[in-house]
Amino acid sequence: MARGHHDIGGLPGAGPIDQSEHTLSDWEILADAVNQALGARGVKRTDEMRRAREEMDSAAYRDMTYYERWIASIEAILIEKKILTKEEIDRKLSQFESKWGEP
Amino acid sequence: MNSATQFKPGDRVTVKFQDRPGHLRTPWYIRGKSGWIEQVHGEFRNPESLAFGHDGLPKKTLYLVAFNQSDVWGRTAAPKDKLLVDIYEHWLESSAQEREECEP
Repeated sequence: MARGHHDIGGLPGAGPIDQSEHTLSDWEILADAVNQALGARGVKRTDEMRRAREEMDSAAYRDMTYYERWIASIEAILIEKKILTKEEIDRKLSQFESKWGEP
Repeated sequence: MNSATQFKPGDRVTVKFQDRPGHLRTPWYIRGKSGWIEQVHGEFRNPESLAFGHDGLPKKTLYLVAFNQSDVWGRTAAPKDKLLVDIYEHWLESSAQEREECEP
């Protein structure tokens, strides 16, 4: 076992923390809303979301932004709990893409 | 497992250096380090169980544990500063004896 990709406190080379304010995109606000709605309905817990982020592929985790990790964790947990299937999510995604074009 | 509160404020403790699969709620940088109990937060469902959709029972006592920055990071830290970390009881062991041996 080794230190997880999320557990980087104290590692050298991280550089200074970016403390600048930045505007959230609409989809990031929506990601937060979906997360809170699923929590309020008792579908998932914060600890499960954290675990899902820890179980991701390390390279993918590092490449993702904060809310991209949230979305990926929500997807993983919904599939794990058999609330949605990967196929259903992919099908809906392709519908959106054909309607609005690729993101 | 007995989840009764084992430590009280002021008790010297060492964080276990555990590494195992699963969701571990104690950051790597503090494992194996020694400090003291600053405050007893109370009993909470175990997040390491909740993380897998289980009920988190039995509840575990959560402590606010204080460390000297210099004991965690070495010479680079401000020597008078403390670091405070929330740590569950099953990650802690008493270190009263080892601490006495280390005192100058």
